[in-house]
Amino acid sequence: MAKTYFTQDHEWLRVEGGVAIVGITDYAQEQLGDLVFVELPEIGRKLAKGDTAVVVESVKAASDVYAPVDGEITEANASLSADPSLVNSAATGDGWLWKMKLSDESQLDSLMDEAAYKAHIG
Amino acid sequence: MTGDDTRHLPIEDLHQAAGARFGAFAGWSMPLTYPPGVMKEHLHTREHAGLFDISHMKLFEVSGPGAAVLLNRACPLDAGALGISQSKYTFFLNEAAGIIDDLIVTRLGDDRFMVVANAGNAVEDEKHLRALAADFDAKVEPLDRVFLAIQGPDAWAALARAGIETGSLLFMHGIEPRQNWFMSRSGYTGEDGFEIGLPEKDARDLVVKLLADERVQWIGLAARDSLRLEAGLCLHGHDLTPEIDPASAGLMWAISKDVRAAGHFIGADALRSILERGPSQKRVGLKPDGRQPVRAGAALVDADGNPAGHVTSGGFGPSTGHPVAMGYVDTALAKAGTKLFADVRGTKIPIDVTSLPFTPHRYRKG
Repeated sequence: MAKTYFTQDHEWLRVEGGVAIVGITDYAQEQLGDLVFVELPEIGRKLAKGDTAVVVESVKAASDVYAPVDGEITEANASLSADPSLVNSAATGDGWLWKMKLSDESQLDSLMDEAAYKAHIG
Repeated sequence: MTGDDTRHLPIEDLHQAAGARFGAFAGWSMPLTYPPGVMKEHLHTREHAGLFDISHMKLFEVSGPGAAVLLNRACPLDAGALGISQSKYTFFLNEAAGIIDDLIVTRLGDDRFMVVANAGNAVEDEKHLRALAADFDAKVEPLDRVFLAIQGPDAWAALARAGIETGSLLFMHGIEPRQNWFMSRSGYTGEDGFEIGLPEKDARDLVVKLLADERVQWIGLAARDSLRLEAGLCLHGHDLTPEIDPASAGLMWAISKDVRAAGHFIGADALRSILERGPSQKRVGLKPDGRQPVRAGAALVDADGNPAGHVTSGGFGPSTGHPVAMGYVDTALAKAGTKLFADVRGTKIPIDVTSLPFTPHRYRKG
């Protein structure tokens, strides 16, 4: 059964079997505005928590999306190359950004659940 | 969210009510986007009419028997040659012919002119103009106005429905249709449109009337930037700075032959010698390959990796459907079709020098 976590930086992680699907929250996509480009990560890249994993570009600005935990990229959402606006229209669904194999699942303990995240964004 | 020094628009409450998202620009808290978002706002302006609050910009009235000669000194301009109601795009230059600010000067009467200046430079502009005015019989008066722009193919019709006739006013002309109003047919989008400076109370009435028209929507600063970039128009502080002269910026069309040859404006000698030897860099349009935007600050290199210039404005063009940019390149590389590369976070993105604008201007010139 997948469990969903949230970060202070407005990312979500859906974790199942040691692999996390990562995306940005609906709140984050609203703040960024219409996305026109997503710079996807290379498969196999090892990330430490806080490393820039993806760059999302709106009409006006580029913003980094950070790795919420340590791990290795196993997949990037290729459909965003053709349609980056999926992140706006389906931030928590088809607009996911990457999948990563977790190296230390205990790092998840410091993340928020949905209720805590909702309180965080007020 | 904002410090005490941040300035607020006089009709900020109307933007809040419209659901604007605010951000800091040139010391002001400005609406960046409204609920439709930058993409839809941009396209709406090109298809119908966009309403912009540009009250951060400054209107100065320059008047008196010495007003024209004062402006001829401050700007590469023959202010006395302007017909009544005629507007001219011009600059304040420094002694090195660097652009202190770009402006629009409109002749209101025999010895009265309106100067519209950029928000970020308004304080410096006023100081500069006042210091010069001491040598001339002229008065410089900053006006306290709400400043609105309505831009797009339906702008004139929306104004007509709101009771404001624009029929005889042509592009780059400005009039005073009512007491303490200034209205010019001009803008910063490449579309037909108007800029109207008016008292706050009148502005509130006009905004309500205009927004009752379904063709009119509030448009934020984000779309204002993408619209002007597609139209190839410069943003001072990015594409124009006190280190850049009008010849390098490709803006010599704004300076008449007579003024170039014989004008007594500040920076005249420097500009003449730049023209004689030719500028070493030129402003050009830049079209990145693919979908990834190339933004201000990105370095440009030629095919061999030699430095070629840099990007001064860049983003995505909602109407063109691809990334758009402008910047400065070595004069030898300024020809449309030249292939260069932009460095974006270590990746070299192919980018073509191209003519401007990206989106054709649709001004009403007659």
